[in-house]
Amino acid sequence: MKKHFSIGLAVVVPAVLFLSLPRSLRAQADCLSCHGTPGMTGSSGNSISVDADKFHSSIHGSLKCTDCHTNVKGYPHEANAAVVDCSTCHADEASGLTGSVHAKASEHPCLSCHGDPHQIVAKTNPQSTVYPLNIPKTCGTCHGNAALAKKHGLVNVYGLYMDSIHGFAVSKEGLLVAANCTSCHGSHGILSHTNPKSPTYRTNIPATCGSCHVGINEQYQAGIHGKAVAAGNPNAPVCTDCHTAHAILEPTSADFRMQSTPICGSCHKDKLSTYRDTFHSQLGLLGGYVQTARCWDCHEAHQILPASDPRSPIAQANLVTTCGRCHAGANASFVQYQPHANAHNRRLNPALYYIRLFMNLLLASVLTFFLVHTILWLVRSHWARVRNGSAHGGKHA
Amino acid sequence: MPEPTEVIVATEPAPAPAEVPAAPPRERYFLRFTLAQRYLHGVLFTTFLVLAATGLVLRFSGSVWAIRTAAVLGGFGAILFFHKFCALALTLAFLIHLRDIVARGLFKREKGIFWGPTSMVANWKDVKDLFAHFRWFLGLGPKPQFERYAYWEKFDYWAVFWGMVVIGFSGYAMWFAPFFAHFLPGWALNAALIIHSEEGLLAILFIFAIHFVNTHLRPDSFPMDMVIFTGRESEAEFKSRRPREYQRMIAERRSAIRITDEPPKWLINFSRVVGFTAILIGLTLLVLALSAYFVG
Repeated sequence: MKKHFSIGLAVVVPAVLFLSLPRSLRAQADCLSCHGTPGMTGSSGNSISVDADKFHSSIHGSLKCTDCHTNVKGYPHEANAAVVDCSTCHADEASGLTGSVHAKASEHPCLSCHGDPHQIVAKTNPQSTVYPLNIPKTCGTCHGNAALAKKHGLVNVYGLYMDSIHGFAVSKEGLLVAANCTSCHGSHGILSHTNPKSPTYRTNIPATCGSCHVGINEQYQAGIHGKAVAAGNPNAPVCTDCHTAHAILEPTSADFRMQSTPICGSCHKDKLSTYRDTFHSQLGLLGGYVQTARCWDCHEAHQILPASDPRSPIAQANLVTTCGRCHAGANASFVQYQPHANAHNRRLNPALYYIRLFMNLLLASVLTFFLVHTILWLVRSHWARVRNGSAHGGKHA
Repeated sequence: MPEPTEVIVATEPAPAPAEVPAAPPRERYFLRFTLAQRYLHGVLFTTFLVLAATGLVLRFSGSVWAIRTAAVLGGFGAILFFHKFCALALTLAFLIHLRDIVARGLFKREKGIFWGPTSMVANWKDVKDLFAHFRWFLGLGPKPQFERYAYWEKFDYWAVFWGMVVIGFSGYAMWFAPFFAHFLPGWALNAALIIHSEEGLLAILFIFAIHFVNTHLRPDSFPMDMVIFTGRESEAEFKSRRPREYQRMIAERRSAIRITDEPPKWLINFSRVVGFTAILIGLTLLVLALSAYFVG
């Protein structure tokens, strides 16, 4: 009797417990009785096993399997389950994705980024593939692939980003607020930079960067470049023209200081060429002395203003201060030095033009005279030696 | 090693060639440059090589070899350090030379410093020698009989002298720009770089292309005239190179004062190593300068 009761209890208690569970878990338990087996594979060798524990702790853990696998009505079910359509619940994300550069992805568009569908966790969870600190690695699985980049005509940006100040902040410092891929490109509705609606479209870039760099953006907008962009000048530089898009360096770093001048010079060609004639440039090119004046040391980097603007660091009244930042003791006479003097231009710099002309004539005439003198001498000496068969060469030569 | 002092003679030499003493079995040697003069040349060319090398790196700072050299030496800071260090050393040597000239010429009233056959100052004979030399080049006349310093040697001296003042002054103006701005207008600082750089390039091209050939590489001296290192030359060399000085010395019976011993073997070997190194560095710099100037 007692034994029968025990057996009855062993059957009934689990049954009661099972029936007292929410319907979803009951449904999961049905499925997991098969799919909970580790290493279970489908007909094409794909894994069809689900780790019950991880699924239960995932963000979808409270759903029934059939909520997503909608073509599974009962058991036995069809051999091939239909591809899960996430848009049933995630309609906004799906519509963003449809218009995005990833719309034509051959793999399941959601899973490429969000990973194993049975283990998806909230994006605030450090385990998530789309947790801010994990995003570069997630995007990098494709965008760090040289072959894939080549196939799609893209720059292989992952390495550039990871070596950048943003990549460093994310990967080395674990800075949640540092820009990751989605900060600039968005997440689901990523558009090509050629699309005017894209946050990476040329004229949208200041606003995109400015969403974090508010102070710099204010300076930029007040400067000559920002105003030109706002006025619709397509050639005026935006943030990425000077800082690049992905390989952004710390602007005070030696590497950035070394590479920056030619960037300004790519538009301001005449200014670069006159700068190249100066001691500032000679110093600047050789490295190891990065403090040398580069363009923005005098002109400012973001709030660039013409010399006619009294707020400009190159306004006449501000020159002693501006030059004095490096040249202690700079006075009013010192700042009359012309950092962009053109000694080739007689009209602009007559004194320098004639000094250069004089020096060149001196150099040319001295060298020409002595070259002729020396060549004649060599020929004559050689001839004399051949004819006389003797020489007075230095005995200890 | 006793060094006789410079022989200075103010009078013109007697034209008649006095009887030359019978040549002893061993060749006689005559002192041409004192130890102090050789040291001066040593400091001059050592600092000049470094100034030229570092200066060219600055002047052609856009060229690949300049950037590589700067990287090897430790960047611009190192380049500028070596440049300034050698500039100071050369300035010091220049001032010592000036003091020597002033002391001997003005205070000791030594004759022949500012005028005469032994002076570095150009005279009418130099002009005549220049034209005569050209005539000889073209086979139109005899080889001129040179005195202690031939006209091209005087030119070398004054080119360096002028260069030292011009390059030195413009260099210090840039080095201490805010200080010099108290006396100079701002554009003079622009001019300083042009002058410094052009005059420096002239000095480099002149020394490595003209001085090297005239003094060392031409057939009569090839591959190197060692007299600036050993200070001595054999009687035969002396006689053939500067016959007027030789004749004058004999005529005035002053040869004994200048006779010296044969340069020791170590000094010749040492001079060869130093001299060839200097010429090799100089010619390398010449090639680099010309390639950067014409190729970019």
